[in-house]
Amino acid sequence: MLRLPRYEYHRPRRLDDALQLLDRHGDEARVVAGGTDLIPNMKHRLFEPGHLVALSAVEELQGIRWDDGVLDVGAAVTLDALSRNPEVRRHASALADAARHVAGPQIRNRATLGGNVCLDTRCTYYNQTEFWRTALGFCLKKDGDTCHVTRVGRKCVAAHSADTPPVLMVLDAEVELRSSKGSRAVPVREWFVADGIHNTRLEAGEILTRIRIPIHPATRCSYRKLRQRQAVDFPLLTVAVGADFASDGRVSEIRGVVTGLGSRPRWLTGWDDLVDGSLDDDVVDALAQRAGAQCRPLENMIVDPEWRRAMVPVEVGRALRTLRSAGPAGASLEA
Amino acid sequence: MSRGERGDFAVIGQRLRKIDGLAKSTGRAAYTDDLVLPGMLHGKILRSPHPHARIVSIDTSRAEALEGVHGVLTGGELPTPYGIIPWTPDENALAVDRVRYVGDGVAAVAAVDEDTALQALDLIEVEYELLPVVLDPRQALEAKGTYEAGDYIHPPRKEGWNGNVTKMVKLEFGDVDGGLAAADLEVEGEYWFEGTTHAAIEPHCAIGLFEGTGRLTVWSSTQVPHYLHRELARVLRLDPAEVRVIQPPVGGAFGGKSEPFDLEFCVAALARKTGRPVKILYTREEVFYAHRGRHPFDMWYRTGMTRDGRLTGVDARIVLDGGAYASFGLVTTYYSGQLLTAPYDLPAYRFDSTRAYTNKPACGPKRGHGSVQPRFAFEVQLDKLAQLGGFDPMELRRKNVLGSHTRTINELRVTSNGFLECLEAVERASGWKERWRRLPFGRGLGVAGSTYISGTNYPIYPNDMPQSGIQVQIDRSGRVAVFSGGSEIGQGTDSAMAYIAAEEFGVPLEHVRVYRGDTDFTPVDLGAYSSRVTFMLGNACVDACRRLKAQVCSAVAEYWEGDPDAVILRGGRAFDPAEADRSMPIRQAFQLAEARWGTLGATGSYNTPKDVHGSYRGGTIGASPAYSFTAHVAEVEVDPETGVVRVEKIWIAHDCGRALNPVLVEGQMEGSAYMGFGEALMEEQVFKDADHGRAGLHDAPSLLDYRMPTSLDTPDLEAHIVESVDPEGPYGAKEAGEGPLHPSIPAIANAIHDAVGVRVDRLPFSPPRVWRALEEARRAGRLAKPAHPAERVAEGAS
Repeated sequence: MLRLPRYEYHRPRRLDDALQLLDRHGDEARVVAGGTDLIPNMKHRLFEPGHLVALSAVEELQGIRWDDGVLDVGAAVTLDALSRNPEVRRHASALADAARHVAGPQIRNRATLGGNVCLDTRCTYYNQTEFWRTALGFCLKKDGDTCHVTRVGRKCVAAHSADTPPVLMVLDAEVELRSSKGSRAVPVREWFVADGIHNTRLEAGEILTRIRIPIHPATRCSYRKLRQRQAVDFPLLTVAVGADFASDGRVSEIRGVVTGLGSRPRWLTGWDDLVDGSLDDDVVDALAQRAGAQCRPLENMIVDPEWRRAMVPVEVGRALRTLRSAGPAGASLEA
Repeated sequence: MSRGERGDFAVIGQRLRKIDGLAKSTGRAAYTDDLVLPGMLHGKILRSPHPHARIVSIDTSRAEALEGVHGVLTGGELPTPYGIIPWTPDENALAVDRVRYVGDGVAAVAAVDEDTALQALDLIEVEYELLPVVLDPRQALEAKGTYEAGDYIHPPRKEGWNGNVTKMVKLEFGDVDGGLAAADLEVEGEYWFEGTTHAAIEPHCAIGLFEGTGRLTVWSSTQVPHYLHRELARVLRLDPAEVRVIQPPVGGAFGGKSEPFDLEFCVAALARKTGRPVKILYTREEVFYAHRGRHPFDMWYRTGMTRDGRLTGVDARIVLDGGAYASFGLVTTYYSGQLLTAPYDLPAYRFDSTRAYTNKPACGPKRGHGSVQPRFAFEVQLDKLAQLGGFDPMELRRKNVLGSHTRTINELRVTSNGFLECLEAVERASGWKERWRRLPFGRGLGVAGSTYISGTNYPIYPNDMPQSGIQVQIDRSGRVAVFSGGSEIGQGTDSAMAYIAAEEFGVPLEHVRVYRGDTDFTPVDLGAYSSRVTFMLGNACVDACRRLKAQVCSAVAEYWEGDPDAVILRGGRAFDPAEADRSMPIRQAFQLAEARWGTLGATGSYNTPKDVHGSYRGGTIGASPAYSFTAHVAEVEVDPETGVVRVEKIWIAHDCGRALNPVLVEGQMEGSAYMGFGEALMEEQVFKDADHGRAGLHDAPSLLDYRMPTSLDTPDLEAHIVESVDPEGPYGAKEAGEGPLHPSIPAIANAIHDAVGVRVDRLPFSPPRVWRALEEARRAGRLAKPAHPAERVAEGAS
């Protein structure tokens, strides 16, 4: 079995104590919730923090509240709890489905929504043991100066691989961040940056505390995940689409996000002129083609990038078709 | 039960539990890594980051100076080469002067704990001189130059030879050119089988203990304690009588633990060096590097057929990608051709197989050793021939069956053969006649058949001693103790021996104890490989039990003043069915026997028949005392837009001779079909090239990225047991552990063709590969379900 590096473990009960620990230990500290991303990465020596600040006992990060049209989810709520929560299933079932598609049951019992939103990017040249990376000669993201995917440039293209952020973006959710200096909120749509090394706006000393999802009864949302096996697999492609439906069935706005390709989720653009109240097959096909044209997968995973690219319009099209029959609660289907 | 005498048995054929099932399912079974010895140290192995390099120097002084380190070992201390096949000893416990793949062992450390041992590895300084790297087997076979310059991975065995060749086999039976020339129809094609690995749940683990007098004990998660015993004595330069190998329960093996590995020599040598017991447990990554999994095969087949569907000849050329060491490669090279000659009657057959060394982890035997790959190619080629000739592929197979009690074209003796019954069973169960070619576009059925050996007829090192031995002892308490040389790797060998003993002595199953896996007090059995155990060890067990039973029956007969042949041992009693008053508890029978004969024990053994092989060089390889037969039908759903193949169901019919316990046979059939299905759709042990980071670096040495199907992916598996009752197997039994894997892969390939009309001749049938085939067909305007032969004939007539 791979061994963990040595670290000191802290388990504060109050958020203020957690923030103080982060301030005190600076770069030496990392927060850990479920640990399903961080612990394997530590075993691979991708992170060797001297201090781990566990968030599992911090009350402020717990609980799911349904409050006047907003779902307010604690960052330390597990993906399993999220996917089973009746309010989440009623008001944002696409989010429940996205959570249910992460890894397998044991991992969902530990993994948290906050952790999923902060998931480290992934790459075939990065998520490997120290021995393997030594044999490789390391890469740009960790300990090296070459990107083996692009072989040029100084830009890391490790893939954003989390399941829930596309749905959160389409639903216009925001994350709440706390530090010893105060708090701020960032829309999930603006949370990610195009840098595979560190792809979120999380700053030193900050903890992601809650995720707030506004619920509009007119919005429908659907989610699809393309993967090679039916469990314990990161997405090769994840699609979330949402649309506002008027009471007469006419569609007023369509939004879409694709991820699993580059270092941040891609907000699909160029759709506005195609939406004219209807979501018939012609419109769906046109939307899907435009989605496909703006995605260019790289060899950051060991799966044929040409095929992944060809699957963008297929999966976007299927997600859009699902919208037509989805209730306000949304729907999801799996590839 | 489609054939065979039902047999009058009390235990054999019953649906019984495994005797070790409860201990394993409740976590009480102690595997090698569960064992902790007083003062035990932990070892780690330093591995090469280079795919091919000369070791210029190794400096271990800083590691040795680290507090907590008790010993450091390098290859020069164990210079004796070894290899599971006596003719190709090309490995060392640790590299002596050259590393040949990323992951090759270079040095080993024993320390107070794993962290200290790992720290010590970082302090070992190795200077390498890099050598040319060859990953492609065809390039390896074209290499010219010298071993010294690194053009060859191993020294050529003869002056002027290519040091990248492990083995070449060319054999021809019958008139192949004539047969092909006489064919009305012919199909020729190339097939690629990607490498796959075993991925057993338990990683390899070993513990070494050296005791004062110079006696070595090694506990190991091995499938072959006897061969490990031999090689330990050789490499450690010990008298074999001073070596003891203990095999705790093994957590799966599938061929991946059927030869010695570096850790076993390292724990032994480090234990000798430090005077303390030493344990090494592989990481999952190291298991991928240790490998010995399925060889990638680059195959070409040409098969001829008459207009009425009789095969006329088969011509095959195969290049095997062997990786860095020989392993079982000599045998694999033969098996790649030798095992294709049943269940169909080939009138003429030629194969030309060459195994190349490459700078990758060594390939070896994986469930269905050497014959799963050609079976894929050939069963797909048969499907193409059926399509070409307008035959139902089920019918084409029936037209060409070999039959029972005969010889194959390469002179292998075949006894019982239930292949026709297997075909019938899957044809009926799958609704083949109504559904093949009749399902909607996107959904399809495919059939394939196969054969496999019930143990290799000749041991790995030539000798005349038995292949299997067992000792049985009974006493006045009524219990039966079986001292078995067998290897319990999860397949149920211990249980099978217990069923046999319970059947023979008429005692309750709970009164049979099986002691196994300790070379100090169990007789020799050659190991759990080549599906030999039920047949060979089972026969040995019957032999021992019957010798002892004869003593019991004669003592009882003497007491009754009757005939020993009239005494029946069954249901916990000894009785004479013809005399109502002659009946006693079995314990009393054992007591009479113990009083009459003294302490009761017997040994039994099995050795193979000597006249079942071919009369040519290499004709012994592929020979077996009996062959199993299998047929599968697979049903698939293909998504024509994405290329995603979903296997809905596999019907598996397998002729196992006789099922000693149908539950275990069905388990083997389902597990085999699952494993083949995983190889068909997902699994691939592949490596990066120089354009992708680093040549020879394993693509994904983890269970996250080496994708095996989960329970959600796995199709319904429906097992149909066929019992042909073999004349030489124990109660008629043959193998069930490997044969049922073979047809899964071609049956799925053929089902994909039935579903969407495309052929995928390269494994695995991953979504990108199937999608590319679909796109090609779509562009060519031929993406459609193939026509039923009946309709094709009608079209031709109109």
